[in-house]
Amino acid sequence: MSDRLLVSTRKGLMDVRRGHGGDWRVENVHFLGVPVVNTLRDPRNGFLFASLDHGHYGAKLHRSTDDGQSWEEMTAPSYQGVAGDVALQMIWTLAAGGGDQAGVLWAGTLPGGLFKSEDNGESWSLNEPLWSVPEKAAWMGGGYDDPGIHSICVDPRNSNRILLGLSVAGVWLTEDGGQSWSLSAQGMWAEYVPPDIKHNGEIQDPHLIAQCLGAPDTYWCQHHNGVFVSNDNAKSWQELKNAPISRFGFPVAVHPQDPQRAWFVPAQGDDARFPVDGKVVVNRTSDGGQSFETLRAGLPQAHAYDLVYRHAFVVDATGERLAMGSTTGALWVSEDGGDTWATVNAHLPPIYAIEFL
Amino acid sequence: MAKLVFTSHLRAVGPTGDSHFEGSTVLEVLDKAFAEHDLLQSYILDDQRRLRKHISIFLDGVRLPAGQALASPVSNTSEIYVMQALSGG
Repeated sequence: MSDRLLVSTRKGLMDVRRGHGGDWRVENVHFLGVPVVNTLRDPRNGFLFASLDHGHYGAKLHRSTDDGQSWEEMTAPSYQGVAGDVALQMIWTLAAGGGDQAGVLWAGTLPGGLFKSEDNGESWSLNEPLWSVPEKAAWMGGGYDDPGIHSICVDPRNSNRILLGLSVAGVWLTEDGGQSWSLSAQGMWAEYVPPDIKHNGEIQDPHLIAQCLGAPDTYWCQHHNGVFVSNDNAKSWQELKNAPISRFGFPVAVHPQDPQRAWFVPAQGDDARFPVDGKVVVNRTSDGGQSFETLRAGLPQAHAYDLVYRHAFVVDATGERLAMGSTTGALWVSEDGGDTWATVNAHLPPIYAIEFL
Repeated sequence: MAKLVFTSHLRAVGPTGDSHFEGSTVLEVLDKAFAEHDLLQSYILDDQRRLRKHISIFLDGVRLPAGQALASPVSNTSEIYVMQALSGG
């Protein structure tokens, strides 16, 4: 089981450790005062990456090759030379390439560009084929003003097969390492556009997509207006209309081996982004979405207005430990698959992302 | 040479004190500084080499309008201050 979390917050990166007694505590803070958007630990070499979003000075990328003892600023992905009024706004997510692609990293950005590094983050290049798809004219902003890539699922069976989730620009699949892309959103629908285009793939708003690494034909998606699952390698998606509390939310976590088991954190809706009735809950399915349990033990059940962002809800490699962070700065951990939760800290800065190390 | 001073927030990526560079415009002076400090440019300019929205440039004590700041002419006695705007953070 994982005993360590990296927690990306509005005021720095919290290194959270589990003590021998089972208590979790903040052991160190990096980049204090600077908003940290997300992190990645490359499983192939242990390098850590942190995406920063200086309010005044732009989006930056830092790397640690000594497990977080020291950090160096890297050259961030850049839209320099790209036609149009575009500039890097945020490095929203980072992903490691496959085990057979040493040094390959992917970066999903706002305003919607996918960048690739082949040298452990020393340099980056924009993926032109995705940036040039004709459907891009219909992409739009969601929570941010511009479209952005938040989900990068590198298939564990084939490093050249990569599924992307974009807000608000659909689900995109490459099977040739990024040389060509096609929409992979069949079955999704959108309530925020006129009815005659609600099934168009390029305007779907997946909030997060997670692939089951042990059964990679299964993907789960928390969409803007529903929970979806695909069991056919993302050829099609089925909506699960029985998800309780609310169909709206941001995150999803899937068990690393069991494709039937996934967790969601519902919220009121896009017009009111807080927990329904002020109660923080987690929805869990263990049967592929045929039924859901709503888990509350240890979570605040009155006047809680904690919103959980898409990257701030994670499961560890065993599928037993989960961690969840909120916009109100609460950090919770479960060590029993979500049955019960313990508060690690209720007074952190707003939490943007969490990663188990 | 024009005198160039950056906000102390940028000491990790730029000159640690006052510096002097040749140039006939603010951008020409900045480019000389960028040449000596690899990461500095991305803190001041965006990917299209536009002044970042929340950076203020003062020339001889006068704050320059954002859209004209980079092209503003400077002289050998000019003092350029690159500061963090109070907005945007």
